[in-house]
Amino acid sequence: MADLSTPRSAASAVPGSGGAMLDVAHITKRYRTAEGVTTAVDDMSFCVAPGEFVSIIGPSGCGKSTVFNIIGGLLGDYEGRVSVGGDVIAQTHPAIGMVFQEESTFPWRNVLDNVAFPLEIAGVAKQKRRERAAHFVAMVGLRGFERHLPAELSGGMRQRVALARTLASEPRILLMDEPFAALDEQTRLLLGDKVLQIQQELRQTTLLITHNLTEAVQLSDRVLVMTYRPGHLKREVAIDLPHPRDSEVVSSDAFGHYVAEIWHDLREEASRGIRADETRVLEAGTHR
Amino acid sequence: MMVRSFQGSRNGARLFGLATLVAALALIEWLVRIGVINRYVVPLPTQILASIPRIVAEENVLHRFWQTMQEVLWASLLLAVIGIALGALLYRFTILRQACETWVAALAAAPIVLAYPLFLVIFGRSATTIVAIGFAAGLAPVILKTVEGLTATRQVLIDVGRSFRLSAAQQFWKILLPAALPAVFVGLRLGLIFAMINIVGVEFLINFGGLGQLINELAERYDLPGTYGAICFVIATSIVFFACTERLERWLTPGQ
Repeated sequence: MADLSTPRSAASAVPGSGGAMLDVAHITKRYRTAEGVTTAVDDMSFCVAPGEFVSIIGPSGCGKSTVFNIIGGLLGDYEGRVSVGGDVIAQTHPAIGMVFQEESTFPWRNVLDNVAFPLEIAGVAKQKRRERAAHFVAMVGLRGFERHLPAELSGGMRQRVALARTLASEPRILLMDEPFAALDEQTRLLLGDKVLQIQQELRQTTLLITHNLTEAVQLSDRVLVMTYRPGHLKREVAIDLPHPRDSEVVSSDAFGHYVAEIWHDLREEASRGIRADETRVLEAGTHR
Repeated sequence: MMVRSFQGSRNGARLFGLATLVAALALIEWLVRIGVINRYVVPLPTQILASIPRIVAEENVLHRFWQTMQEVLWASLLLAVIGIALGALLYRFTILRQACETWVAALAAAPIVLAYPLFLVIFGRSATTIVAIGFAAGLAPVILKTVEGLTATRQVLIDVGRSFRLSAAQQFWKILLPAALPAVFVGLRLGLIFAMINIVGVEFLINFGGLGQLINELAERYDLPGTYGAICFVIATSIVFFACTERLERWLTPGQ
């Protein structure tokens, strides 16, 4: 475990360093509300090295999704800088592929056509894009379901379709916002295996936003812990668990140790969040 | 197995619908025969059925049916093209939507058919007048439901489009319109109902065209079974168009 003030492991890149695939430097996001200005994210800096799997974990309301939207280019008007491979980006970027928390498959397209969507937009010929899409459908373990519509699939299968669709755009950075949040724990663990397998196969640089401790430790090389609002990085934890890794790792002592360590930091922030929510509700009641 | 049981339930529903219709006709037949309903106002359903071969042979019903079908078809095409385009425009420009939405809703309640003299002055006593009135009458629901469907598109689908850097045109054709299609079809069906009522009504009023004109002529001759028989053909027109839009919707919106 390392404080942010301590030097990081060799595997992790330093913000502002040339070796980072993704470099997030001093981002701050403020919202104007009826009550005044709210700072959602405050001076957050980190970076992700090529091929690295990094998770950002934090309590509800800490600004995780704001970070996801800023990096993905869906949210503007912030302070700081986001760079991909040294290029500063200000909007959506072809190097970043996004997987969303909410179910995001197109209900009117079958699995193959959903996955082929980014290739269709890129103008790839029909036959070729179908072959490429079939490759990614197989990669997420959905071979045989190509002609099925999303409505005929389970929630976990639909999220795999969304993942395959993003992978089909061959992004340099895979950015995921709690993609398995709506799934049950067993499905989540098994899908975690699939994500790890793909990440290792493609050596895909991945940034996962999550509030799930076991998911973060199971999948990541590093876990970045965020504070409650205004969200900033509290701690960075390097996960030194063996690779290749699968969900069996959750039964190891080392896994339990990491979960306990992170929970120690997270608990304090989650408690702050609950207290803040209670205060807000009470104040709203007083003003009524 | 599931598909078969679904098919079975659909056939069952159709049979139930048919049985209900037959039962209602039998009830009317009985009420007319025992004198509860005046047979000079409502003819016997059996008389209406018997009149159908007669009006087909003597009144050239199939030709008139085709004329009305053509007018409805043209009005539907105009509704689809112009109505959806206007809906998209109102969705795209918020200020336009805020300025016009109430007026468009008010248009839905306006008795446009009463303005037929104005249309006659503009287009003459022709099928164009009938199509124009049908189109004007059906326009409001198509616009309103298109706006509603586009506005209700889930933000995450729009974000997926943005993450793949779709242009505004791609965003519309690849995401917004397909997502809005179920609502758009509801609008089209409502528009079609208004259009059809007005088309047959104007044919009746200006004594021109297809089934409306026939109903007018038969009513003036006080041929009540024939009049109701001709109304059955209007219902058939409606059934044909609804079946077509339903099939088109199922083809265009699989899984929605």
